[in-house]
Amino acid sequence: MSLPDFFIAHKSEVLTLTGEHLWLVGISMLLAVAIGVPLGILLSRRPAWKSLVLGGSNVMQTIPSLALFGLLLPVPWIGARADRLAILALTMYALLPVVRNTYVGIAGVDAPVRDAAIGMGLTPRQLLWQVELPLASNVIVAGIRTATVITVGVATIAAAVGAGGLGEFIFRGLAMVDNNVILAGAIPAALMALSADLLLALIQRTLVRTHH
Amino acid sequence: MPDSATAIEFVNVSYSIAGNRTLISDLNLSIRRGETLMLLGRSGSGKTTTLRLINRLLEHSAGQVLVDGRSTSEWDAIQLRRHIGYAIQETGLFPPYTVSKNVALVPRLEHWDEARTAGRVKEVLQLVGLPYEQFAPRYPDQLSGGQRQRVGLARALAADPLILLMDEPFGALDPITRAELQHEFLELKKKLSKTVVFVTHDVAEALMLGDRIALMDSGALKGVFAPAEFLRSTDSSVAPYIAAFRARQKILDSGA
Repeated sequence: MSLPDFFIAHKSEVLTLTGEHLWLVGISMLLAVAIGVPLGILLSRRPAWKSLVLGGSNVMQTIPSLALFGLLLPVPWIGARADRLAILALTMYALLPVVRNTYVGIAGVDAPVRDAAIGMGLTPRQLLWQVELPLASNVIVAGIRTATVITVGVATIAAAVGAGGLGEFIFRGLAMVDNNVILAGAIPAALMALSADLLLALIQRTLVRTHH
Repeated sequence: MPDSATAIEFVNVSYSIAGNRTLISDLNLSIRRGETLMLLGRSGSGKTTTLRLINRLLEHSAGQVLVDGRSTSEWDAIQLRRHIGYAIQETGLFPPYTVSKNVALVPRLEHWDEARTAGRVKEVLQLVGLPYEQFAPRYPDQLSGGQRQRVGLARALAADPLILLMDEPFGALDPITRAELQHEFLELKKKLSKTVVFVTHDVAEALMLGDRIALMDSGALKGVFAPAEFLRSTDSSVAPYIAAFRARQKILDSGA
């Protein structure tokens, strides 16, 4: 059977698994942004915690994904359902680029800009929302982009613990030694990573002024 | 009873940082309402530190800093800063904001209505020599150094503060633009009766723009002089400045 034929024959399964994959990535990314951006902002206010938090997330990233899924398996509540486990692991992987870029983006705001803002009487909150976040947004979105692409890739491993997603095809294809089945998972995953990257690149571009 | 002729007063003010390093020691200085006081000194003399004690970008360690007769520690820091204009050498304009949005910053923070803000932005931009229609929609990176500095000044003046702090505002400009802006500053000074505290290391600028010159060295005030007094002074800390100034004059004269 040729690859296009395989896709046609397994259309509904491809769609289901793609949907599951999107769901895993989407929820994990939402969590990673919801936790990572505030954490990055916090780090910019408490630089002393920087090495601890960034170091910690760095270490997390060095744990092979398969091992992390395995390690989380015995954890109560989390290990009870495969999707919870997968989402937690994916969020942990996505966190570092988001936290780091948020911190770097805010720390990278020019000192005179911050000085002038404070000197003219912006409150700390106004400084954050009106000056620091707009100026850092480009770098923050770049971090979210990196994290999303990583997450789409790592999410294929989630199938190993039964969380579904396009990894199902990849693991099945490996077991069956059938390239078509592997590609049925790998191609949609690659397309998903590319389109997410493209979409976020567009968002990033609209954030950087284009008046020139 | 606060002296209404005094805008800013330093009473026995010291400022130290961690490790007990004292950057300002026992400063007593009274800045009159409506005058332009130049804080003159070398790098590290404490002139910028002194300036930043006024709007509480730095908190003094001892003594009292009074603004409009009230100790800055009693002021709400945010209110104090909005009450005082602030212009710095690097301008600190916000890159994603247009010129008009940059200038409108403090009025916006103070919840002025649209019409009043727009009118005021137009007014201050004209005041610093930037035609509104031409410059309002531009972004900071589309301006020359001198234009950026004018916008920085317009922004500092926007909410019509009675006090203006300027930290080497013309320091980074080329000599011709600097001379132009210095000249316009003098014109502006006549038009608006602001109290200005102006940090500079340039003795010629201090003599040209200041009503009085406060000379600082190693965190201490060495004296306050009217420009003519400064030139006549026999004070040992003034001498090197006069020597430098005279040497420059001499070169200029010999060229003429």
